[in-house]
Amino acid sequence: MEEVILSLKGIEKSFGEGDVLACIDLDVRKGEFVTLLGSSGCGKTTTLRIIAGLETPDAGRVVLNGQDVTDLSPERRNVNTVFQNYALFPHMNVEKNVAYGLRVRGVSKEETRERVAQMLRLVQMEGFAKRMPSQLSGGQRQRIAIARALCCNPALLLLDEPLGALDLQLRRQMQVELKRLQEKLGITFIYITHDQEEALGMSDRIAVMRNGRFEQIGTPQDIFERPATRYVAQFIGQSTLLDAQVESAVDGMATLVCPDGQMRVSLARGELRPGEEATVCVRNERMRASASPVEGFTLAGTVNLNRYAAGALMTHVTLPSGLDVAAVAAGGLEDAPAVGSRAYLYWDPAQASVVGGASHVRG
Amino acid sequence: MSGGKGAKMAGGRGTRLFIVPMAMVAVLFVAIPLCYVLVISFMTRGDNSTIQAIFTAENYRRLLDPNYARVFLNSMLLALWTTLLALLLGYPFGYCMARANRRWRALLMLLVIVPFWTNALVRLYGWKILLQANGPVNAVLQALGLIDQPLRMVGSYGSVLLAMVYCLIPFMILPCHSAVDKMDWSCVEAARDLGAKPWYAFLTVTLPLTLPGISAGCVLVFVPSLGLFFVSDLMGGSLMLVGNLIRDQLLKSRDWPFGAALSVLLMAVTVLIFGLYRRSGGKDLGVF
Repeated sequence: MEEVILSLKGIEKSFGEGDVLACIDLDVRKGEFVTLLGSSGCGKTTTLRIIAGLETPDAGRVVLNGQDVTDLSPERRNVNTVFQNYALFPHMNVEKNVAYGLRVRGVSKEETRERVAQMLRLVQMEGFAKRMPSQLSGGQRQRIAIARALCCNPALLLLDEPLGALDLQLRRQMQVELKRLQEKLGITFIYITHDQEEALGMSDRIAVMRNGRFEQIGTPQDIFERPATRYVAQFIGQSTLLDAQVESAVDGMATLVCPDGQMRVSLARGELRPGEEATVCVRNERMRASASPVEGFTLAGTVNLNRYAAGALMTHVTLPSGLDVAAVAAGGLEDAPAVGSRAYLYWDPAQASVVGGASHVRG
Repeated sequence: MSGGKGAKMAGGRGTRLFIVPMAMVAVLFVAIPLCYVLVISFMTRGDNSTIQAIFTAENYRRLLDPNYARVFLNSMLLALWTTLLALLLGYPFGYCMARANRRWRALLMLLVIVPFWTNALVRLYGWKILLQANGPVNAVLQALGLIDQPLRMVGSYGSVLLAMVYCLIPFMILPCHSAVDKMDWSCVEAARDLGAKPWYAFLTVTLPLTLPGISAGCVLVFVPSLGLFFVSDLMGGSLMLVGNLIRDQLLKSRDWPFGAALSVLLMAVTVLIFGLYRRSGGKDLGVF
C-alpha cells in the first residue's frame, strides 16, 4: 500500500441554504493523478478550495501528509493551485510571477533565478521571462500558471479546470503534456474537469461527483467499464440502460428479462440473484444490432436510422417500449439492417455491466 | 435637432456632428469665461474698482510676494493633509465596501451618498454645532471625565482639516471601492496559495492592482481641496487659503485683475496635477 498523502474525512460544506458538499471522503496516494469529475455546480471546485484552504469546511477534516490542516490558512499548507482563470499577477512579468512563492519564502536571488529558469524550461517557456501576462496567449498563460504553482515544490498540486479556456486542439496537446509532467515530477495532482474524455485520458483514478457527493471513485477503466450508478453510466460516454429482472443465474451467466425481451450478462460483472431487479448498462460501441436473432437475446425492434460514425455504422433501433437504442451494425457497413426492417440487439455478456439504482461508492 | 440628424449619419462624421451642441455649451460656459479671466488678469485696476484695458504684467509680479507664496503653500499643505487623511480613511472604507456582501455594500454605499442630498454648508454648520464649546462632543468628553474644560475645537486647524476630509472623502471612497471591486480576487487567493500572509498579499498584490483607483481618488480630492475656501471660513479658521484670497480680491478689495491672476495660477496648478496624473497612466476621471 502506497503512502496516503491527502485524506478528506467527512467533509461537509454549505453556502446559505443548499448543501454544496455532503460527506466527502477521499484518500489520495502519493504521486497519484486523481480527477474530480462532474458537471458544473456538483461541488468539485469547493472541494478543491477546501483542500487549498481557501474555504473552511463546516464539518470534517483535511489531513495532509499525516497532519491535520483543516484550520490552517492557505499560506501554511504545502499545496499549490493552478486557478481556472490562471490568476497570474497582471502587474508582474512572467519571471516575477513564477518567483512569487520563492520571494515570499525569502529564497536568495541566485537560487530564485536558477529555480525560475528551471521551471520555465520545464513548461517550455524559456525566453518569456520578461513578458507581461497580458502579452501571452491563453496556452502560454496556462504554462506560466503551472510553473508558478510548481515552483515551490508542493506536496500536492491542485488544478481547477486548467484547460477549460483553451481550444480543443491545444487542450488535447496540453493534456498529454500535463500527464507527462506529472509522471516526470512524481507530484500528486488533484485535477478538476467536467470533460469526461479529459478525465479518462489523464487520471490514475477518477472521482465522479454529483450534488456534493461522490458517485463512484475508481480507475478510468472501472468508471468506464463498470459504472456503479445510473448517473455515472450516463455521464461517462454513451450507453443504453435497461431495467430488467433476473430470471436465472447459472454457470456464471445471468439471464434477465425486461418488457422488451430477454438478455444476458456475465456474472463476473456483478452479483445477481434470481428475482432481483437490476439495471443493465451497455456502451453504445458494445451494443450490436443484427438482422437475425442471437442466442440468449430477444430484444428486437425497428431500425429508424442508420448513420456513419467514425469507422462504424450506427444503427438506431426503436424497441416496443419506445426506447431508442444506438448500436453498431453487426454485419458491418454493407450488411446493416435497412431502415424500417427488424433488428435484434445483443452484446458480449462479459462487456455489459450492472449498475445499482442508488448511489454506491467503490474506492 | 442637429443631434437627431447626426445620429442618422454613418461613422465618424455622424459622431462628430453629435458633439457640436456639447462643444457649443463648453465654449459658451467654460472656454469664453476662462479666456475672460485670463484677459482680465493682464489688465489694470482702475479707480472705483473698475477694470482698465491697459496691459500689464503687474498682477503676476505681485504673486511673487512671499505673503502670497505662503498662502499658496498653506493651501497646498492643507490639500495634502486632506488627501492623505481621506486616503487613510477612504481606502479601507472602499475596500470593506467592495468585499462586503450585497446587503452591507448597499448600506455602506447609501452612507456615502446620502450626505450629498443635503447642502454642504448646512452639513458644515452641523459639524460646527457638534464641535463648539457647549456642543455634544465636548459634553461627552467632559461627562467621561477626559477633560475638565471644553476643548476649543472650532477654529482650529484640526477642525478645518476634519471638515475638508468630511466634504471630500466620497471622492476617495468611490474610486477606491471601484478599483477593489474590479480587481480579480483570485489573484489575492493565488498569492495566499503561494505562501503569502494576508498583509504581504495585500502589499504585493491588492495595493499595486488598486493603485489606479488610489491615484484617481487622490487627484479627485487634492484638486478641489485647493479651492474649497468656504470650509475654512465656516469652521472659523483664520487660515488664509488661495480660495479665500481670490474671493477677497474679487468681492472685498474689488481688485478683479489681481483676483483673476490668482485664479489663473490656481488653474495652472490644477492642470499641472491632472497632466502629471494622466502622464503617469491615470484613467479618464469622467467616470470612476
